This record gives sequence, structure tokens and C-alpha cells, in this order.
Amino acid sequence: MRRVQNLEVVSQREIARHIFELVLKGDLVSAMLQPGQFVNVKVGEMEAPLLRRPISICDVSHDRQELTIIYRAEGQGTKLLSKKTAGDAVDILGPLGTGYDLTEIPSDATVLLVGGGIGVPPMYETGKQLTKRGNKVISVLGFGSAADVFYEEKFAGLGEVYVATMDGSHGFKGNVVELIQQKNLPFDMVLGCGPKVMLAAIEKTFGATKQGFLSFEERMACGIGACYACVCQTKSGKQARVCKEGPVFKLGEVIL
Amino acid sequence: MNCLAVKLPGLDLKNPIIPASGCFGFGREFAEYYDLSELGSIMIKATTQEPRLGNPVPRVAETPGGMLNAIGLQNPGIEKVMATELPFLEQFDLPIIANVAGTTLEDYVSVAKEISKAPNVTALEINVSCPNVKVGGITFGTDAKVAADLTRAIKEVSSVPVYIKLSPNVTNIVEIAKAVEAAGADGITMINTLLGMRLDLKTGKPIIANGTGGLSGPGIKPVAVRMVHDVYKGVNIPIIGMGGVSTAEDVLEFLYAGASAVAVGTANFVNPYVCPDIIADLPRVLDKYGFEKLEDAIGFAHRA
Repeated sequence: MRRVQNLEVVSQREIARHIFELVLKGDLVSAMLQPGQFVNVKVGEMEAPLLRRPISICDVSHDRQELTIIYRAEGQGTKLLSKKTAGDAVDILGPLGTGYDLTEIPSDATVLLVGGGIGVPPMYETGKQLTKRGNKVISVLGFGSAADVFYEEKFAGLGEVYVATMDGSHGFKGNVVELIQQKNLPFDMVLGCGPKVMLAAIEKTFGATKQGFLSFEERMACGIGACYACVCQTKSGKQARVCKEGPVFKLGEVIL
Repeated sequence: MNCLAVKLPGLDLKNPIIPASGCFGFGREFAEYYDLSELGSIMIKATTQEPRLGNPVPRVAETPGGMLNAIGLQNPGIEKVMATELPFLEQFDLPIIANVAGTTLEDYVSVAKEISKAPNVTALEINVSCPNVKVGGITFGTDAKVAADLTRAIKEVSSVPVYIKLSPNVTNIVEIAKAVEAAGADGITMINTLLGMRLDLKTGKPIIANGTGGLSGPGIKPVAVRMVHDVYKGVNIPIIGMGGVSTAEDVLEFLYAGASAVAVGTANFVNPYVCPDIIADLPRVLDKYGFEKLEDAIGFAHRA
């Protein structure tokens, strides 16, 4: 199958401040199996912006051949993407990268899903697949403020959900790690995606006692492992490509 | 008859399309997308004597119609390239162009000598134009005498024809081209990236950790076409042209300017299928502009 395809926009809506949920439909969706992978999106047909935008897979429906991605319209590229409406075509390359390897998670484990800001979306498909195989999941979502919050009700459909905002305007006041500690949430494994400072806090707090996976972000060019733009350093002294060996790595594997 | 075939020193190409060095790794990633045997050749990622980890991140920044990169010649070193990367490429029916880089003249000579013995390497591309490493690289490509001395030294040890990859970051690229031709180069590949910089408006610091980076993509195509056009007039050895190629029309423009084959770089990052797409479209474009075969279009601008 050609892994670059035009997918058709089913719907697009702004679900929080500058946060857009885009639902796309097409054959390519049948290849999207592992949670935590991403697609590389060509936002326009012109040569500027030239490069694709890597956006994580948030939700997949194989029955309807639909893919949901959620992104923040911040730069030139994502702002252009936010103008697409139902019926438009979006050029998608993917699925890309190595996501969450669920076979490494015992089926009786209680899994803590931690998402920060635009790191929340990939945790949804991950949580969906985990609950389907019988895992108990607890979701902890962190945002800046009440206006930034999205998908709280969707995660509630998977199990317990806790929301933290930095300014306290919705839910717990503080960051996700403070919330987890204060509520003394019980879990066996932790899966996280969010800003580097959040990933570092998860590792510092739970790295010594718990197992888990973290999903990383880095500036990319190709997204398929060829250009070596998005490398990170691993504790074993090697380099890994965030787009190929990642974006998901084992907790403690990457030097933060 | 194959209307796309072209023959260059060491390179019997079924078509003129070659992924550019640094944009295609050692082919493994793209082999997941299509059969690499469809390509004319592959210019593998620059190989140095020792393994190199490259520069800190961020390594790339986008520009209007292009991008800056400062990867820093990350590669696993000659030993690993000879032991695993080149043997991997042997399954495909195509000649390989090995890109050679180094810090000292001795480095270049040593890598060139060894890598030219690999069974599927039929030509070398000497990288005297990488703008993103502190030592070596571009310093060998900006002085005509230094470039000529390096060419001569490599020609003495190489088992295959030698192409020199020229830098556009010079006052007079024709002078360098003539110097390497006189020193025995079998061909020229051009252009490498243009040295550039982007600044973060909040911090005032460069976006790329290395400070400067090499500019590539459609935005540099006119610069590359002009330089190929100039060099074609100044030398008698063949040119492999590159710089912003993303369509079959772009390929024809480079052929007109004087290139005998064309490398595709940044476009591979936008569309991993761009090379087979161009190859499929090229006969239509040649026909549209009245050429029976590709070779008839080479240097057409100089006869028009």
C-alpha cells in the first residue's frame, strides 16, 4: 500500500483554545494499529510551508476507516491545517514511528495514563486499546488553564480521570505529578506524553520504582528515520531517532 | 530502447535520478516504501573514518520554500558501512555512489581507498562542501589549490571514478571546478547546501543549535541551476546537478543547464516516493518538450 495518501476530512472543530480535532477518512487508516504512532501531515499543496507536520494519532476507527488527530494551531502550518473543512483532502504519510508496545504490559496491570497539553491525544487511543484487553486505566490530564482542557469526558469513558491545571481554574491546581502524589493514585505502570519538563518529572518521581513508557517530541524533517534531525541520547550511550525508534521509549531509556 | 538511460564515468544509469547524500541515509528507510532498484543510483550518507554522532538538536529549521539543517555528518563510520550498510544495498540492482568526508586529507584518502573497493560502489563523491562541521568539510572545497590537491590524492588511491561535490559558498565556483578537473576528477556533483541562519525572535539566538545550517529545498533551485550552467561552460567533465529538485520539470531544467544526471534531496523528506514519482513522469516531460531521449536534453540551454 502506498503510505502517502489523501484522506478526506470528515469533520474539524475547535475543542479548546487553539486546539483542533480533525477527523479524516481513507484506506490508510487500516494500517494504523499501534497506539502512540504518528502521522506526518502536509498542510498545504504549496512549497511553503515545505515540511510535513508530525501529529500523533489520537483515535482510530477501523470500522469507519477514520482517524482522529488533535493539534494546537500555533504556527503557520497548523493554522493552515485548521482551515480545512469537511470534504477537503489532507495529504497524510503514515503511520510512523514506534508507539506503545502493549505486549510489554501485563494484562492485569493498572496503567496510569499521563498526558500534558498537546501530549494528551495519543493517550486516548492507548487507553482505548488497554481497556479493550482488560487493563484498568487511570487517566491524569494536565493543562495550563480551564480554557485549554479537552477530552476529559472521553477519558472518563475509559475509567477514572483526573485533571490538573496550572492556574487551578479547573480540577486540581498544580502539575500532573503533584496530582498523582497528592491523590496517592495506585498503579503498576505509567505511560506518559507531554512536554519535556513533565516527562522529566515523571521519570524523577517514578523512574526508580515503576516501569513504563514515555513519548518524546523533537523537531523533525522527514519523519521516517532518514534525515537524522530528531535524534536523542539514550542512557546506554547510543543515539536514537525520535521518529523511528521513538517517539515512545521505555521509562528511563532516554537522557532527558 | 530506454529513453532515460545515461552513461557517466563509473555509472551506467537506467535513469538519471539519484537520491542525494544525507537525504536518504543508506537506503534502509526508503526500502520500506519502494524497490530501490527503480532508482538510477544512490548517493549514500557521508561516510567518515570514525563513527560520528553529529551535532546537538535542534538540527533543522524550516524556511520559506526550504529548510536549514546542521546534522553534522552523523554516520556509523567506514567499518560499519563496509560491513553492513553497503552489503544491504547489494540486493538492489543499482550502482552506488559513496559519499566520502573527513577532517584531514589523510582521512579522506583512507576512507576513499577502502570504500572504493566495495563491490557495489562504482563511483565516489568527495564531500568537500559540508558547511556543518567545524573542521574539514567545506574548508577543502573553498580553496582551488586545496581542492585540487585532495582530488589528486584521492585519484591515486581510488579504484573507481571520483566526483567532487562542490560548495556554492564560494566567490567563483567555476575556478574550483576547473581546478579539480585539472587534478583528475572524473565528474562534478553540485551544489551542496547554502550556508544560512535563522534566529529565534524571543531569545535572539539561532534556532539551530549549531548556529548556522545548510539551506536546501525548492528555494535554492535557481542558484543551483545558474551554477551548473556556469560550470558546464568551464569544464569538460560531466556534472550531476542538484538543489531543490522535486519534479520531472525541475530535472529537465538541470539537464538544460548542463547536468547529465540529477540528485534529489530535500524532496525525499516531503514525499518519500518522490524519486519513483519523478522517474515515472520523466518520459512524459521529455516528450512534451520534444526530446526523444534524455541525453538530447543535456546542455540544451547552451544550444538554444
